[in-house]
Amino acid sequence: MTRGGAQEFRTGDTPLPDIVILTHKLTRDYDMGSELVRALRGVDIQIHRNEYVAVMGPSGSGKSTLMNLVGCLDTPTAGEYWLNGQKVSDLADDALARIRNKEIGFVFQTFNLLPRASALHNVELPLIYAGIGSSDRRERATHALTRVGLGDRMEHKPNELSGGQRQRVAIARALVNDPSILLADEPTGNLDSTTSQEIMGVFGELHRQGQTVVMVTHEADIAAHAARVVTLRDGLVATDQRKAA
Amino acid sequence: MRVMEAMRLAFHTLRTQKLKSGFALIGVFIGVTFLIGAWSIVNGMNQYMVDKFAGTIIGVNTFHLRRRPNFTPNVDDSTWRAWARRPRITFSDAEAVAEGIDVPVITAWQSSDNVTIEANGKEVRDADVTGATERYFEIKNLQIVQGRAFSAQEARRGVPVVVIGHEVSEKLYAGLDPIGKSLRIRGEPYRVIGVVAKQGKLFGFSLDRFAVAPARSPVQDQVNPPGVVDALIVKASSVELMREAMDQATGIMRSRRHLRPAHPDNFVLETSEGVLSFWAGIQRILFVIGPGLVTISLVVGGIVIMNIMLMAVAERTREIGIRKSLGARRADILRQFLAESAMIATIGGALGIGTGILLSILVNVATPLPATVSPMSILLGVGLGGGVGVLAGVYPASRAARLDPIVALRQE
Repeated sequence: MTRGGAQEFRTGDTPLPDIVILTHKLTRDYDMGSELVRALRGVDIQIHRNEYVAVMGPSGSGKSTLMNLVGCLDTPTAGEYWLNGQKVSDLADDALARIRNKEIGFVFQTFNLLPRASALHNVELPLIYAGIGSSDRRERATHALTRVGLGDRMEHKPNELSGGQRQRVAIARALVNDPSILLADEPTGNLDSTTSQEIMGVFGELHRQGQTVVMVTHEADIAAHAARVVTLRDGLVATDQRKAA
Repeated sequence: MRVMEAMRLAFHTLRTQKLKSGFALIGVFIGVTFLIGAWSIVNGMNQYMVDKFAGTIIGVNTFHLRRRPNFTPNVDDSTWRAWARRPRITFSDAEAVAEGIDVPVITAWQSSDNVTIEANGKEVRDADVTGATERYFEIKNLQIVQGRAFSAQEARRGVPVVVIGHEVSEKLYAGLDPIGKSLRIRGEPYRVIGVVAKQGKLFGFSLDRFAVAPARSPVQDQVNPPGVVDALIVKASSVELMREAMDQATGIMRSRRHLRPAHPDNFVLETSEGVLSFWAGIQRILFVIGPGLVTISLVVGGIVIMNIMLMAVAERTREIGIRKSLGARRADILRQFLAESAMIATIGGALGIGTGILLSILVNVATPLPATVSPMSILLGVGLGGGVGVLAGVYPASRAARLDPIVALRQE
């Protein structure tokens, strides 16, 4: 049986061009000194371009670990991870930083904006590390902010914005480098339900525009916005369900 | 992220944290201030000693034949007693040496003491009264602004004429023309024939409270026992000629005093070098202490910066995590924090340079020292300041660069 309807992947293969994320027997152990914590025990996931996937699971199921690996913030103990046709599971630190910069747009539960910088500067950050000149940077950041409906809040600092607006800034920052995937970790965890729906609306719109979205959440009604829900349990994929279109 | 970007970011961070940055740069500020200030003051003192002090006391390419050194710092009692037992320099010694030297030199006798001068019921106490010969004015570079110096004949015949300093003229004659007027040097009447241009002060002492009369005139009784001079002053036109003249003077004096080769000189030839060697000793001490103090304050400054940077890294761990998650590489983070510490130190250094220059200007205005800021010290200040900043930033910055983004993002 193939998971998620994708074809079987063997070590040594190269993923099809249509597949943005491919993990093969992805394993991550944490050496906690006295005991070895096996957070992921061999996860196989394939995500196609323009999919909208929610990753669910109880705490301790390994979803944060998977999120860190998919986001190239961490490297696996064993197994393969292919992102956009490139094997990234064995890349070194600085190469991973490059990948994070070019291929991944993070949206965090706590927004993770720089508090002393304006919305515009926050959105410009990934472009700075991409080595893009200041006038080009400004133009692209302005465009990204306009896209999330914050064209009139560009000079505001995060503490002058509402929670929903902060998360929109974070989304603009995630999109500004045109990443392969938008990777959201509990994006509505710090928002009230009305604002949560708003943000989900933004995600839905981005998905419609062709953006691949991967979202980690433990709330079923948030996960319900996605077209596909992957559930983890004890470091393995428990269920992988597609919604009928 | 390029260097310019790192600089801009560092500048922004420092501006939003003015107080902390202010504390961070104090150490370097003090170090560089001291470097610039002390350097310029020592420079000024050096120039002062060489140009003014040594030049005024002895003169360039000039030596004094004396019984004992005039400029005598740190001399023990037994040396003093030995000097006191030496024979004095007599008129005939002075004449013999002056005539015996066959390289071109000019010579003058000098005997001085502090004596009260009176005229018109007014008096100048403790004036520096000198008995001299006619070329004294030339050797001492004393410009006569009114009247004239005394002539060779007047000197030989001991005519009671006197050339006075600016202050003496002002005090006794208060703006009136002193030429031809009479004054009394401890009761002996003299006729004023000349006034010397204003000399100013040396270490706060007036150089204008003096009078010069022919050595063979009655002034001799006030300044020395009969037939004795304090010094024969010999001025040559170059150092080489001065050395030759000194050799000849030594030979003449030793033979006049029948000194055997084993006997040491019982007289002294004092040059400005002798005076300056004392200053050179002080300078050596300053050259050890100065850099020591600068080093200490820069090291302390560096440690302060390192601490503040370590604190900043700890405080901004989350920021570092965010930046890394957005694609900052180790080198980017390293550059960011290095730029910050280098900028703190450079600003501290720049403020230090400014304050140091101000200090030296203040010294220039408030004291007679011609303190001059050396461009070298500014260069060194900039280099040391920036260097300390970079050095102090390396450890905190590399710690920041090595942070695990996941751990950093989890930081509250």
